[in-house]
Amino acid sequence: MSTHVFNVNGRRVSVECDDSVRLLWVLRDLLGIHGPKYGCGLNVCKACTSHINGTAFNPCSVPVSDIKESDEITTIEGLAASVGKDLHPMQEAWLEGDVAQCGYCQPGQIMAAAALVKEKGADISDDDLDQIRNICRCGTYHRIREAIKAGAAKM
Amino acid sequence: MPAHRRAPAPEAAPGQTSSRELGRRRFMGYLIAAPTLAVAAGGAWELLTPDDASAAIPSPPQPSDAYDLGDLQNDAALPTAYLIKIVINEDGTASFAMPRAEVGQGITTTVAMMIAEELDLPLDKVTVSLADARPELMLNQLTGGSNSVRSLYIPVRTAAALARQQLLLTASKQLNVPVEQLTTAGGNILTPTGKALSYGSLAVPAASSTLTSTSVLVKPTSKFTLLGTPQNRIDALDIVTGRKQFAMDLEVSPDAKPTMVARPPTINGKPKKVNNLAAVLALPGVTDVAMITYGVAIRAETFGQCIDAIQVIDVDWAGGTVDGQSDESVEKKLKAAQLPLAVPNLLTKSVDTEITFAFASNSPLEPDCAIADIKGGKGEIWSSLKVPIWAKQNIEEELGMAPGSVTVHVAQGGGSFGRHLFHDVALEAAEASKKMGKPVKLMWTRTDDFRQGRTHPMCVAKVRATYALGNVISYEQRHTSVRTDFTHGLGEVLTATAAKSPLVGNYSFAQSIFLLSQSSPYNFGVTTQLLNEVDLGYNTGSMRNIYSPNTVTAEELVVDELAKRMGKDRVDFRRSFLKDERLKAVLEKAADKGEWGRSLPDGVFQGIALHGEYRGAICTVLELDCRPETVNRKIRDAVTGPRVTRATVVVDVGLALNPRGLEAQMIGGFNDGIAMALTSSLHIKDGIPLEGSWDNYFYTRQWNTPPEMNVVIMPPTTGEPGGAGELAVAPSMAAAACAYAQSIGRIPTYFPINHGTLGFEPYPLEPSSPNSPTDGLTNRI
Repeated sequence: MSTHVFNVNGRRVSVECDDSVRLLWVLRDLLGIHGPKYGCGLNVCKACTSHINGTAFNPCSVPVSDIKESDEITTIEGLAASVGKDLHPMQEAWLEGDVAQCGYCQPGQIMAAAALVKEKGADISDDDLDQIRNICRCGTYHRIREAIKAGAAKM
Repeated sequence: MPAHRRAPAPEAAPGQTSSRELGRRRFMGYLIAAPTLAVAAGGAWELLTPDDASAAIPSPPQPSDAYDLGDLQNDAALPTAYLIKIVINEDGTASFAMPRAEVGQGITTTVAMMIAEELDLPLDKVTVSLADARPELMLNQLTGGSNSVRSLYIPVRTAAALARQQLLLTASKQLNVPVEQLTTAGGNILTPTGKALSYGSLAVPAASSTLTSTSVLVKPTSKFTLLGTPQNRIDALDIVTGRKQFAMDLEVSPDAKPTMVARPPTINGKPKKVNNLAAVLALPGVTDVAMITYGVAIRAETFGQCIDAIQVIDVDWAGGTVDGQSDESVEKKLKAAQLPLAVPNLLTKSVDTEITFAFASNSPLEPDCAIADIKGGKGEIWSSLKVPIWAKQNIEEELGMAPGSVTVHVAQGGGSFGRHLFHDVALEAAEASKKMGKPVKLMWTRTDDFRQGRTHPMCVAKVRATYALGNVISYEQRHTSVRTDFTHGLGEVLTATAAKSPLVGNYSFAQSIFLLSQSSPYNFGVTTQLLNEVDLGYNTGSMRNIYSPNTVTAEELVVDELAKRMGKDRVDFRRSFLKDERLKAVLEKAADKGEWGRSLPDGVFQGIALHGEYRGAICTVLELDCRPETVNRKIRDAVTGPRVTRATVVVDVGLALNPRGLEAQMIGGFNDGIAMALTSSLHIKDGIPLEGSWDNYFYTRQWNTPPEMNVVIMPPTTGEPGGAGELAVAPSMAAAACAYAQSIGRIPTYFPINHGTLGFEPYPLEPSSPNSPTDGLTNRI
């Protein structure tokens, strides 16, 4: 057991646990932050997609010991605040397009989309959208694509 | 089949209003003794009818034309429909604990719309929660068969109308104004002079002190202002902010610690002995280890530590139920069990085909998860359950507990696709909790979900269609499947037990489901569609749309072949042989919107397919790009292959209550269908699926889904809502299959088309679940 200190959603946190525990479980089981979902634990489904220092990553595949004290982790719960708003433009686009079905993958989808647009800019192509690996087993892909384009225009 | 239930044929053509919907209908209900106004609905509903057959050689109606699976479910739910209860609260809201599961299909939203419509209440003042298991509801608590809206449409609106009526009567007394002069709007009672009384202020005065029977008129569809308009999901904001809670997010007790299961390298193998118990218990975070029926449960401070322990634990296993079986051996057994075709193919020309469909997984993205707290002869469970009464009764029985001792709460589900008809994970959680003497939050790993979870069984479709002189003389289809487990029955232990009976049990129940859901839409003369099932020891269950994706795909492929042999365009051919006016209407619309026959580059093919089920009619047109540069796209750990580049889905559900939700179901069903045709299947080897992750089980991904997709919702036809959740799967699979058949110039014999090539390196069978990677900061794509 050792102490791990870092920042989550603008808050300084300190957790006691083994170095190897993946960050997803530190967030979910120890800190009670449930937005990032477990869909595989294999860095495949991307349901846990969150941001580290503003870029997308999957905490299911990162030991907590890899997180530095200066690192800023943002989960879906902190996305809006990261741009100083009640809702991030991508969340607004998601609401306007009524994108979600069951909603389980959607925190990860939104976090992936926000990071993608930040990286690529507002001009998102079909090729860019085809690169997104986040799975949606409800199959609402069409609305995800439309919402990302709409959200990108407002970011 | 009860002939008396068959009403006259609809008078109206598609798109027009039938005369019946103009009239208001009266239903029975009850005022319930409660602190605030509470009402419950009773009543009955009418059934729709088969449309007249009119072309070619008429085929007599098949059973599901006149009385389908949904009608059976409606009738099962009828005697207890009065237990559908709506409460008006002092804050002016209406609340309803819905005896159905929300798993993404959007029924909480549609049902909230029904209540808001009938009560003249803003939609955001209606809360719909998920009811606990209520054994008194008997058959009326099963979510499946795309039946929720169909079965709740009358009782829910009746209850809401009763509440409104009682509020009006109470206000009339308080204000001393005749009730006829009062109106309702926005959650208020309004007088002619403009005085307003809120529903909240009337909630207590309107309450009844006794159970009182009464009746009420419900709104005719012509007066709907909310139903029929596109509305967003009521849980959308919770979803996009990460606040929506699934079973794994519930914090019912800090002691309900993460628990996962080490499993055998075979299906249904059982643990004999843990060889290193002390070492596992000494691992960081591990608190308890207990042998359960099909594995060894490990409880720890975090799920990650459960996964770590699965890597370490050493268990002696007894064999499973399908050891040594493979895709090839199962296919051979199915082909040996086929029922014979009756019509010889000697005297006429015939299309003969035989198509194998691989096993498929119905796993949703949310892994199976349940919280259980069993101690002192009492228990409490939280899980996404579509048949919670059966779960409750079966868990009580399996754990040797008294009837009524276990409370079962229904959690929001992160998808289902049939998986949550069964409560395997809830039973495991209960067993683990009882053995450990502690509460547990038990979750399956992703690999468990694919390898040990229930499957849509492998099946073989054999079809013979004979034809002569421009007509189809006979159409015979023999569907031979690994047994589909229907032991959930219609929702509780009585019918579940009947389904388990060896003589009249699952087989006849399965046959009933098959007959009540299958119907050839074409006038193909003598038509027979028969099912035979073989029990091979697999864990199976219904997957979205059950038999139809396979049976419709086989039929539509044969239809295309018949059209080719007769030298007809595929749309013209269908137009000549379709029986049903609604199907003809969606065909025309889809051919138009999908630009049937438009000029396409070489290597891009159109496919079209139709389906009628759940009192709905649907047609899908798509374009499949089979050019080498598309088929051979390189994306890591993925199946690319032919890509659907454009899709058009035209749907007539009779009456679309929430067009936006309906469109969502069409989009989702479409992506399920093309996955079954093109990419996703389970490969069985040595008695277990090789798949272990979403990069092994190739459900549709962004690189497979069509960049262009259009859903067209037809204007009301029947005036009654049909089922929507599963409707799009079969025609979408079939349309993709038909387009692919065009590209290869023959009917494919195996689906999905990529099944013959294993597109991944399987995870080892032991440990039963792989550990999580540690390179997530460097491997971030």
